[in-house]
Amino acid sequence: MAKATRQAFAESLVKLAGNHQEIVVLDADLAKSTKTELFAKKHPDRFFEMGIAEANMIGTAAGLALSGKLPFLCSFGCFLTGRYDTIRMSVAYSQANVRLVGTHAGLGIGDDGHSQMGLEDIALMRALPTMGVFQPMDARETELVMEYLVNDWKGPAYLRLTRQNVPDLYPEGRVFQPCKLMEIVKVDVGRPGVVCFATGAAVAEAVAAAGALLPSGIAMSVWNVHSLKPFDEEGMLAAIKGARLVISVEDHSVIGGLGSAVA
Amino acid sequence: MKTPELLSVAKELRVWIIEMLAESRSGHPGGSLSSVDLLAALWFSEMRGVDAPGGIKDDRDRFIISKGHAVPALYAVLAKKGFIAPEELKTLRKTGSRLQGHPDRMRLPIVETSTGSLGQGLSVAQGLALGLRMEGKKSRVYCLLGDGEIQEGQVWEAAMSAPKFGLSNLCAILDANGAQIDGPVSQVMPLEPLADKWRAFGWHVIEIDGHDMEKILHAYKEARELGQSGAGRPVLILARTIKGRGVSFMEGKIEWHGVAPDGEQAKKAIAEIRGGGSNG
Ligand SMILES: Cc1ncc(C[n+]2csc(CCOP(=O)(O)OP(=O)(O)O)c2C)c(N)n1
Repeated sequence: MAKATRQAFAESLVKLAGNHQEIVVLDADLAKSTKTELFAKKHPDRFFEMGIAEANMIGTAAGLALSGKLPFLCSFGCFLTGRYDTIRMSVAYSQANVRLVGTHAGLGIGDDGHSQMGLEDIALMRALPTMGVFQPMDARETELVMEYLVNDWKGPAYLRLTRQNVPDLYPEGRVFQPCKLMEIVKVDVGRPGVVCFATGAAVAEAVAAAGALLPSGIAMSVWNVHSLKPFDEEGMLAAIKGARLVISVEDHSVIGGLGSAVA
Repeated sequence: MKTPELLSVAKELRVWIIEMLAESRSGHPGGSLSSVDLLAALWFSEMRGVDAPGGIKDDRDRFIISKGHAVPALYAVLAKKGFIAPEELKTLRKTGSRLQGHPDRMRLPIVETSTGSLGQGLSVAQGLALGLRMEGKKSRVYCLLGDGEIQEGQVWEAAMSAPKFGLSNLCAILDANGAQIDGPVSQVMPLEPLADKWRAFGWHVIEIDGHDMEKILHAYKEARELGQSGAGRPVLILARTIKGRGVSFMEGKIEWHGVAPDGEQAKKAIAEIRGGGSNG
């Protein structure tokens, strides 16, 4: 099965909203694309259509958080980071309990071009104090990250999602450990010569690459990184012990993303 | 509190502002002083649930100072209210102090949200008003804006959306002192007709002299009663003020926007405030 993480997000949001009256959702004329229309149909009284005015949406969400709500505000990632100053002051430096959801991550969105792609969003969000940054690799992990963001995470967080379908990768029965690395391709014998860290849609690519390298005798392990901040440094140091090469794969600028976190 | 008492509170707040700024040797006197009378009436007569020192109540009225650089005026109010000790005012702008040069919610939660980058407070105030209404709370939310500040586009996004959500528990106060940093507002980026603009966006506008205590009190009352009537409209109090009000050598002088008085100037200013007539 394959599903876009934006779709999995919206389904999870609707599921969680039943038991969590504090959840409210804001969108800026992209509810069809971010999939929050699912929520809007189910809970029209808790959905706020803010129009094409993202800065005001971000500030309004911050205010809702101050009143005790748990707002999810949604748009394309690039349109959110476009209002960086508002995220910076009204959310991050105010420690407002807001969930910023940026869909349409990276080149994976297809033909629309750079104006619609989140290409620097991880870098910008990571730089903000108090801001957590999360990117699930598939539908199941999206659901698990959502549960974590609703039940446990305190303070602001950014959730980065794909437009395109991504294959199911989450290992059956594996216990979810929030903010920890997860080994998704294990090397059978000895320690891997190559260790690969990947996040979001790039995890599937990395898994495919590991398979493609096997015939040539290269053993590559693949680690999924759903939490870019906090970043599991301990887990990373343990994972790369003895490795001859460490690589990172992500659909994002090489500056400030997963690669920078690993480096 | 009634007018005569409010006038004396306003004087005390002005003195503290001057003392604070002189002590820290930096800060913004002009826009702090222009908003003092508006804040005195609001905090000491109009707002509910903000009397408990040290206690932050869920159902209190809220105040957001969107023009964050005028925060010395708010710190003075909070000291007078007992939320912070008057001695703490001396720590303004010092490293480690709760009284940062611009409001910092992470250190001092009673400021509700961090501000200092202009143009953002009205959006946050609107979200707060929306959330409190959903919670069934009677709280009202006030937001102080500067007239230079409202050149920011985000303010007009909020101006557009608050009427859509029928936020009659939201009251914006525009401290229209006509001056910003690079010059008079009318030259930097003209905004008039201000009342027409806000009305056209769907706000109920009350235009007053922002130093006339009776008029200020009446405006707040009108705003509250309109809110209670279920009119479903946010209110903008368009307060015509004078930058630096209460200190004659600062009044209307753009150069006093962001410069602290030295010891001598502070002494002179305080003497004038203390000795001055009922309107400072
Ligand atoms: C986004 C942003 N741009 C610029 C500044 C710098 N700044 C601080 S105060 C000010 C002028 C504000 O004028 P006004 O809103 O009229 O305030 P007042 O005259 O009441 O002090 C400016 C430009 C800022 N704080 N935030």
